[in-house]
Amino acid sequence: MAPKDAPLVIAGRSYTSRLLVGTGKYRDFEQTRSAVLASGAEIVTVAIRRTNIGQTAGEPSLLEALPPEEFTILPNTAGCYNAADAVRTLRLARELLDGHRLVKLEVLGDPETLFPNVVETLAAARTLVADGFDVMVYTSDDPIVARQLEDIGCAAIMPLASLIGSGMGIVNPWNLSIIIDRARVPVLVDAGVGTASDATIAMELGCDGVLTNTAIAAAGDPVRMAAAMGMAVRAGREAYLSGRMPRKTYAASPSSPAGGLLTPEPDTRA
Amino acid sequence: MITVILNGAARALEEGLSLAALLELLTLTGKRVAVERNGEIVARSQLASVRVADGDRLEIVVAVGGG
Repeated sequence: MAPKDAPLVIAGRSYTSRLLVGTGKYRDFEQTRSAVLASGAEIVTVAIRRTNIGQTAGEPSLLEALPPEEFTILPNTAGCYNAADAVRTLRLARELLDGHRLVKLEVLGDPETLFPNVVETLAAARTLVADGFDVMVYTSDDPIVARQLEDIGCAAIMPLASLIGSGMGIVNPWNLSIIIDRARVPVLVDAGVGTASDATIAMELGCDGVLTNTAIAAAGDPVRMAAAMGMAVRAGREAYLSGRMPRKTYAASPSSPAGGLLTPEPDTRA
Repeated sequence: MITVILNGAARALEEGLSLAALLELLTLTGKRVAVERNGEIVARSQLASVRVADGDRLEIVVAVGGG
């Protein structure tokens, strides 16, 4: 049997699963919990929003379905378009989660593309790191910005594979590879994964993990896709650790013996 | 009575109400919420002692599903 993989270490804490999942867009909290359990994820993202005043009596809450004692809750800043809003949101999250430090920073630039605003992201990252947060940061797949975020002290770099919610998969594996090669903190693909094979490709490139939400929640059977995603991340990770065979233009090396054929091979040299 | 802006909407409240009492009024006692008053986070340990004042801008947030 192959030697056991090392755990994923983020901000000094070890995780067995390299799949992180979001909790948005599910039918209800029961389905959310079932999908999270099927995925095997230990880190789950949540958003921070105003309570529905007057409509919350007796209503179940997300953190009752996914208790912080059972999962590592990763509050995000989804929906924030500037550094100040993102910092404010995560400070509230820290109070909400009893001083919890691990957060996901994302500052968007545009409601149509949801592309990150890296200038505001860098500014927010500086403030949050100085304030003691362990920042996992969503960013573009720009290797220079990734390096700057790392230099600021972010705990993990999370470049997009393609736009949030697009399901377009890994559109620029070359940029991701550069980021992965040069990073000294974990690199996780965040956004763009559409199906299990996308997660596998990300892991085969050498990503330390994958974060996905819509690919699971918007699948026909979210719980089944969650399980598929867990397997896909493990498969990609194992393939990466194995070291893939070199690519060859011609299949010059058949898998079966060349000798002992009933009829000689044709001479293809015209 | 005083008027505060609670989660973006005007709301009339009794004068002298503590934030803990406001949470109880909103049936949020024991729920995982965070409270911000005039841009400053009010620590859970302070909710019973901080009282709402006329014109306060209050935000009460929870964790919801998200990616």
